[in-house]
Amino acid sequence: MTEPSTTGPSATGAATGPSTTTPSTPGATTAEGLLLPVPDEDGAPFWEYAARGELRVQACASCGRLRFPPRPCCPHCQSFDAQWRLMSGRGRIWSFVRPHPPLLPAYAEQAPYNVVLVELAEDPRIRLAGNLVTAPDAPLDSVGPDRLRIGARVQVAFARLGGFSVPRWLLEKA
Amino acid sequence: MAATLKDATAIVGIGQTPFAKRLPQTEKELACRAILAALDDAGIAPSEVDAFASYTMEETDEVEVAKAIGAGDVTFFSKVGYGGGGSCATVGHLAAAVATGQASVGVAWRSRKRGSGPRPWRNTAVQLPTPGQWTRPFGLLRPADEIGMLARRYMHEYGATRDHLFNVALACRNRANQNPAAMMYERPLTREMYMTARWISEPLCLYDNCLETDGALACVVVSAERARDCRHRPVYVHSVAQGLPAQHHGMVNYWNDDPLTGPAWTAARHLWKQADFGPQDVDVAQIYDAFTPLIPLSLEGYGFCGRGEGGAFTEGGALEIGGRLPLNTAGGGLSEAYVHGFNLINEGVRQLRGVSTAQVPDAATCLVTAGEGVPTSAILLRA
Repeated sequence: MTEPSTTGPSATGAATGPSTTTPSTPGATTAEGLLLPVPDEDGAPFWEYAARGELRVQACASCGRLRFPPRPCCPHCQSFDAQWRLMSGRGRIWSFVRPHPPLLPAYAEQAPYNVVLVELAEDPRIRLAGNLVTAPDAPLDSVGPDRLRIGARVQVAFARLGGFSVPRWLLEKA
Repeated sequence: MAATLKDATAIVGIGQTPFAKRLPQTEKELACRAILAALDDAGIAPSEVDAFASYTMEETDEVEVAKAIGAGDVTFFSKVGYGGGGSCATVGHLAAAVATGQASVGVAWRSRKRGSGPRPWRNTAVQLPTPGQWTRPFGLLRPADEIGMLARRYMHEYGATRDHLFNVALACRNRANQNPAAMMYERPLTREMYMTARWISEPLCLYDNCLETDGALACVVVSAERARDCRHRPVYVHSVAQGLPAQHHGMVNYWNDDPLTGPAWTAARHLWKQADFGPQDVDVAQIYDAFTPLIPLSLEGYGFCGRGEGGAFTEGGALEIGGRLPLNTAGGGLSEAYVHGFNLINEGVRQLRGVSTAQVPDAATCLVTAGEGVPTSAILLRA
């Protein structure tokens, strides 16, 4: 498996693009009221790569260990040098919930929907939250409860959400 | 080691307001009422208070409380973070301050209108940038969703069942049915009610979630020497601990080797290391119960059973009066009141005074814990 690595555009903390949304901006939702990511400086490159359709995770440029969520330095070797490593986008469902109301209105409309935690093939300690859907832009309740299973193999896809591109998860074909 | 907190201080006063879905008073007034009730219970004048401790989420600050109740010169004040994880640490910080001579009369309190006030997760304008960006856009909105994720994995890995979670909810409700101050005093719970309840976040149903409460509580901490002169039998602070494990991520503890090993394990190691007794010697436990799955996890973390055995531990009435470990004997957050766990502290004191509405005969030791699933704290109390 090839794992091309690049240095993130904001490795120095100077993030640009959609990540300039500040945490206190009331517009941190879509027009429908779904919550948008509110990136911090450490997380901004993740969302910038996601906008290009790439799932990348921060890695230490010194010892090579992956880490998530992104942070300023490596907890293993304390190096501040980081890179953003391309993931295969494959993983397995580690756990999931099906939220029911009371919820924010835009989520209540789709409830019960699923939220899954996907452990990445490259490092099962990294479990990304997301939604299992039938197609990248399908609603959050598009996969029925009978198809939700811990251990199921999934593949990342990206959906547009407001000005962002967010990871969604599709069941791998059996 | 030169210094120790062991039995150096005691809780000598407890106070609380009524608990309800909606109370007319402000959080500030409720705080003052609970604190003055605790001081009166101790027989200590407000002017003698020189230390305060509360939670970072507490809206009423020390300045407001001190000037309202008529405190004197205050020489120690501290606030502990991470929501309900801070409850027992408020007592721990006061114990440390009193034992080291920084203050002589400490008051810890929590006042909250969570029953009639806003639900924090509804706020879309102020999101925590980390780690909210990794979870909230996907509809993982509420604490129930975040803990539900761990609960399902726990059930999958260890064979815990909804009946185990029901055992937790039932024990708390049964104790609340004995406690006239509890919000659920006159509301019995049956297995059928539990199994047919509406979902909140599968696998958690309504009865797996704590109450939403308006109310306030407080307690008073002084030196063991001073405690002997107070109105009631002293309840000694035997051991205290906080816990923030390596690579822990708070409620969304999803990014480490074992998300099911939480802060309880870290706090417990330190708590027992400082204590003269162990888990087998605990007569009664007040374990933080914002959600039922926190109980089996905490039972494991604090060493009452082995890894993965927390569900099975609840079987056979183990958590009821007369069982292996009577739990949350005033009803807990699930059925008495949810005030970030402070009611668990006050109930621990009542048990060791011998005046609980669900008294464990001759109870002499009590474990009180703060929220598992967030950076936490715990205290061991002894009569």
